[in-house]
Amino acid sequence: MLKKLFGKKGSTEAEVPAVPSAEEQTAVPDAPSEEAPEGEEPKLKKGFLRGAWEATKKLALTPVDPWFEAVAKGLDKTRAGLVNKVASLFKMHGKVDEALWEELEDILITSDVGTAATEKIIDQLREIVKEKKLTTAEPLLEEMRTILGAVLNYDGADVPEEPVDPLNVEPGRLNVILMVGVNGTGKTTSTAKLTHRLKSKGHKVILAAADTFRAAAIDQLLVWGTRLGVDVIHQNEGSDPAAVVFDAVNAAKARKADVLIVDTAGRLHSKVNLMEELRKIRRVLTREIPDAPHETLLVLDATTGQNAVNQARTFNEVANLTGLVLAKLDGTAKGGIVVAISQEFQIPVKYIGLGEKIEDLQVFHPKPFLSALFGETDG
Amino acid sequence: MFDSLTERIQGVLNKLRGRGKLTEADVNDALREVRRALLEADVSLAVVKEFINQVKTRAIGEELWKSLTPGQLVVKHVRDCLVELMGGTQADLELADSPPTVILMVGLHGAGKTTSTGKLALFMKNRGFKPLLAATDIYRPAAIKQLEVLGNQLGIPVYQLGENASPLNICRGAYKQAKENGNDVLLIDTAGRLHVEKELMDELKIAKEEMKPQEVLLVVDAMTGQDAVNIASQFSEQIGITGVVMTKLDGDARGGAALSVRQVTGAPIKYIGIGEKSSALEPFHPDRMASRILGMGDVMSLIEKAEQAIDEEQAQLLEKKIRENQFDLDDFLKQMQQIRKLGSITDLLSMLPGVGSAIKDLPVDEKAISRMEAIIQSMTAQERRRPEILNASRKKRVAKGSGNQVAEVNRLVKHFDMVKNMMKMFTGPKPKFKKGSLPFRLPF
Repeated sequence: MLKKLFGKKGSTEAEVPAVPSAEEQTAVPDAPSEEAPEGEEPKLKKGFLRGAWEATKKLALTPVDPWFEAVAKGLDKTRAGLVNKVASLFKMHGKVDEALWEELEDILITSDVGTAATEKIIDQLREIVKEKKLTTAEPLLEEMRTILGAVLNYDGADVPEEPVDPLNVEPGRLNVILMVGVNGTGKTTSTAKLTHRLKSKGHKVILAAADTFRAAAIDQLLVWGTRLGVDVIHQNEGSDPAAVVFDAVNAAKARKADVLIVDTAGRLHSKVNLMEELRKIRRVLTREIPDAPHETLLVLDATTGQNAVNQARTFNEVANLTGLVLAKLDGTAKGGIVVAISQEFQIPVKYIGLGEKIEDLQVFHPKPFLSALFGETDG
Repeated sequence: MFDSLTERIQGVLNKLRGRGKLTEADVNDALREVRRALLEADVSLAVVKEFINQVKTRAIGEELWKSLTPGQLVVKHVRDCLVELMGGTQADLELADSPPTVILMVGLHGAGKTTSTGKLALFMKNRGFKPLLAATDIYRPAAIKQLEVLGNQLGIPVYQLGENASPLNICRGAYKQAKENGNDVLLIDTAGRLHVEKELMDELKIAKEEMKPQEVLLVVDAMTGQDAVNIASQFSEQIGITGVVMTKLDGDARGGAALSVRQVTGAPIKYIGIGEKSSALEPFHPDRMASRILGMGDVMSLIEKAEQAIDEEQAQLLEKKIRENQFDLDDFLKQMQQIRKLGSITDLLSMLPGVGSAIKDLPVDEKAISRMEAIIQSMTAQERRRPEILNASRKKRVAKGSGNQVAEVNRLVKHFDMVKNMMKMFTGPKPKFKKGSLPFRLPF
């Protein structure tokens, strides 16, 4: 199936709509000049995923522009920056040899992809080289795209014109979204951003301040509640978070809200008692609404290294994750950990956090991300 | 679970045994395992490469390959190199000639600056200083409040001017107040910022130039990945740092960022954050960190973990009970629950040196404790106090109530008797348990 998706170069190009060139020019006023020097740089070891994230970021931050146009934009930037780097790795080496694999390994590892996932990807590529008796490195770019597409569970779906929130939120019921993660990843900020998104789509959102542990965490959410004009159900610091959640469910029902977002305390996944607390929160939710929580999102800090895999594993065991939010992807965050996590678990990235403003939470879609990584290299 | 590094290296070298001389390529193979271990621990690639080169030079020179267990020797060398690179214990802070000493806390969002500021203030207060905290994070909602709450809990004053003042003005005001009130340490908590945000970095630069702090501590999350080098070098170049506080080391991150940060900035790691409580701040121990990064057993951490989880009062009560031969199933249950607090059994075992790889394929029944708990909880109070009254019909009831077979109940009672007997042996004439030491063997 993946062959069908990625094998034919023609089809990928066809999916990127033809944007009138004049419009494209005006759409990217600063990109070319910015990227020109970088394109010539033969530095290969940096920013394997960075270019893709940047393109995705740019795409995601394009507010009203049709996504398609933004895809083209993203690709432009990438063509100038990243793809040239990866592509020129394959080109420069020409033939397939150990030095090539080593270089590729370095690129992947410095992006936080991790040793295990990196080895897997490279092993697969080696296998392909053997099978297809490849002598030049160039075709490997396309092969790698296929492999990464599979890793990211990309089903070939096209980018919708309007980004659709990838949430199990249905009308006519109270939808519960549980936000979990270790300390300091950006749960509360992501909660606020998600609230903003859902509210602007017409949902009536209520927040539950279930971080009753950290100093002033409740106040932090209350400030957001006031700014966003949504109710925040809270108790005193130190109270039982499960009790807050219980209150919040009832308040949400009484106030006829259709989305309840529960902001939980940061907890290290290795602390058994805190994970038990999380289990209890879930139990309370499920008791009040049988199929709740409808979404359990793990908020990951994009600068996190291999420990993120442990985080995903334990939180998934305890809380049945339905998605990831990759926060703090602005700046130079690498975020390659997504590849490592996707390699091991079937948990999709649902949102990416790109800044400190309330609008800076965007829907993640693998297609522009992959296209940015591997799109139209020989075009 | 990771294979133990020693074993992996030994494996590589074993293959070469009996072939006579070792070539440089063989050495490289062994060091490749080291490289992998370091990368898995999130040490930055550039740092790993440099480090491997250093170890190589050192290792080859010493002819350790003639040893019977070269694997262990390689690891020892690697570990020594790591310890050396991360520097000694250097928790001492630079103090100002005329107080107050100014300490600036900087770092990315969510690294744990505010929490660490509170912890460090308490640490200094306990050593006789009179700290003042300054809240300059005017950006994140309720960040000032967070520091205020912390200050309140710790009995340490907090200076703030609300969210509309400029951070620089807050710094100035705080300095003035510290001077007036005789506070000899001023800890400035700053807003989280990305090292690529020019405006915010400039704001910090200006504050530093004006305040002339004795210490600029970079707060780094132990879970940070490959980007640690960039973060550290940017903060180091743009602001200039004198030391590092590494946070969240109570998690299971291997903390390779410690090595990267140290290598890139040259600034010592001064403190580590090891828990959510305000007292959970410690001077940095490079030897422990080295073991941790290499994924080797960490007995010290295990002991500390046990100390944290086990309540001293309860331990004393238990000791008394054991001596008076009153240890019953209720106490047994309590003990099991305390052990559970330590984390999963697999995790605990992996902290023991040498066990790491041995238990890899051993099915550890994490639910065993839960089952035992259920059984005990299905007993009446009387049965718990005097397990000997458990006859066939009682056992049947307990088994049914806890969803187990009678055999399981029997096993538990037998186990309990064993533990009880064992404890009697431990408690000699004058038993003295140190705080938190496990008074008897774990029931598994």
